[in-house]
Amino acid sequence: MKKRLKKLGLLAAICLVAGASLAPFLCFVSLAFKTEAQVTTIPPDLWPDFSLTFFRSAVVRYGVFHYLFNSVIVAGVTTVITVTMATLAAYGLARLSTSLAKAILMGILACAMFPQISIVGPIWRILRTVGWLNTYQGIILPYVALTLPLAVWILAVFIREIPEELEAAALVDGCTRLGALWRVILPLAVPGLFTACILCFIHAWNEFFLALLILTDPAKQTMPVGIALFQGDYIVPWGEIAAASFITTAPLVLLVLLFQRRIVSGLSAGAIKG
Amino acid sequence: MKRRDTQLYLTLLAPAVAILFLFIVLPIGQSMMLSLHRVVVGLPALGNPFVGFQNYVDLLKDPVARHSFSITAVFVTATTSCELLLGLLVALLINHRFPGRGALRACVLIPWAIPTVVSAQMWRYLFNDAYGMINYIVFGAETSKYVPWLALPNAALTAIIAADVWKTSSFAALLILAGLQLIPDELYQAARVDGAGAWKRFWYITWPLIRPAFLVALLFRTIDAFRVFDLAFVMTQGGPADATNVLQLYGYKKMFVEGWMGYGSAISVAIFLCVLILAVVYVRQVGKRLLESP
Repeated sequence: MKKRLKKLGLLAAICLVAGASLAPFLCFVSLAFKTEAQVTTIPPDLWPDFSLTFFRSAVVRYGVFHYLFNSVIVAGVTTVITVTMATLAAYGLARLSTSLAKAILMGILACAMFPQISIVGPIWRILRTVGWLNTYQGIILPYVALTLPLAVWILAVFIREIPEELEAAALVDGCTRLGALWRVILPLAVPGLFTACILCFIHAWNEFFLALLILTDPAKQTMPVGIALFQGDYIVPWGEIAAASFITTAPLVLLVLLFQRRIVSGLSAGAIKG
Repeated sequence: MKRRDTQLYLTLLAPAVAILFLFIVLPIGQSMMLSLHRVVVGLPALGNPFVGFQNYVDLLKDPVARHSFSITAVFVTATTSCELLLGLLVALLINHRFPGRGALRACVLIPWAIPTVVSAQMWRYLFNDAYGMINYIVFGAETSKYVPWLALPNAALTAIIAADVWKTSSFAALLILAGLQLIPDELYQAARVDGAGAWKRFWYITWPLIRPAFLVALLFRTIDAFRVFDLAFVMTQGGPADATNVLQLYGYKKMFVEGWMGYGSAISVAIFLCVLILAVVYVRQVGKRLLESP
């Protein structure tokens, strides 16, 4: 009897947590599949008509695919550059003498802690001076700086756990250090690289503050900026906002469902794992 | 040989360090410099005269800034404590072994993965005064009683706090979960043999062992809550009557809407200093743990 009660309690807790996590979001994105009339009804229509009107309008009238394209470029290129730099750095850190590595690693971690507002003014002025406001490189470079600390951190933890003997064997066989990094370390670090890629991508995909300031030209704006500044003629275009939100979030939800384990381990490695 | 290796390692580190220096460290220094000058965007004729600590003096006298600071303090305290409490409960749950645990962990991660801007629009809709779900849940179909939540100062701040708690509790949960996973099962079995109940097991085994992880989560969430911007920008634009005008939003308005670069920089440096102390503790705590282990 007591055991059964316990099981019931567990089940209730599971339902509560899953419901609280998903219900508000489902309630919101269901708007995207409703008809114009369904959006404002009271009591709210829970079940949408699966009309694609809002998607059509979001794409045709608001050019959502355009924002999506910018987001893919910005987040994709940021991820590639960040993870490449982070791999080299993490390898260097993993093999450097401990005290020096520790100091550098802490410095890198500290960089992730600063409020964006305290760096954004000067960044904006520099980008304006070189004429990089409203350009891909103008947003990608600051994004690389924002995502580097977490990537370096994850990869440094990961590479430190690869035994140095494996590399030593390759060196004896006539490999250079970089050759050993490429042929021995990288293949073993694939899971870590993968985790770093996913987290960098999500971060760059979701970033809003810098994008808002640097990308003022709608032609170059990313999805978050587009969604935040969505304006209708007289009313808030909830259906289109929900449709755009659905398009932005769908790839992330897919990533989470497929790679839940990696994300959990990556995030916790970032903060705790010793 | 050894020396050449060290040189190689430092070379490998160089690109990352250079980027961080150029886009993080240098800008912070420049913000500090800017905060000592009067810089107005769009009026280059004024020049950028050095004004010493005048911007900081103005900041201390600025009632909007003080208000903004206290609101941010309320936001940070409320979100961090709710998130850690909920995070702890969720972490205890998803550390349990049961069929479908992976699926539940994925569910919990979804609010974290959603862009903040999307979750802000979502809550703006749910709190809508005419057809929002929250009014419907509270008042049913009696539309005459519906409340414009985001137009009432206290309710608006609470709404933003709720939105943040919904989105980031899962992150706190993951950090705490990482601590929970390090506790060996044998400890619990031994305690059970000794007749310790669930509460005792939590208090004497779980809590002491997850305390470091909990501290890390606490510091990280506090630092991060200071940077709140997206939610306030999308949900309320800082209103009504500055009720949600959090520090980063206020600094943004001063710098980029009104063009007071110098004064805005003083605000940004003030935020930076608030966070700095916490960041130092955080970095030492986390850094120590990474490098001590084998």
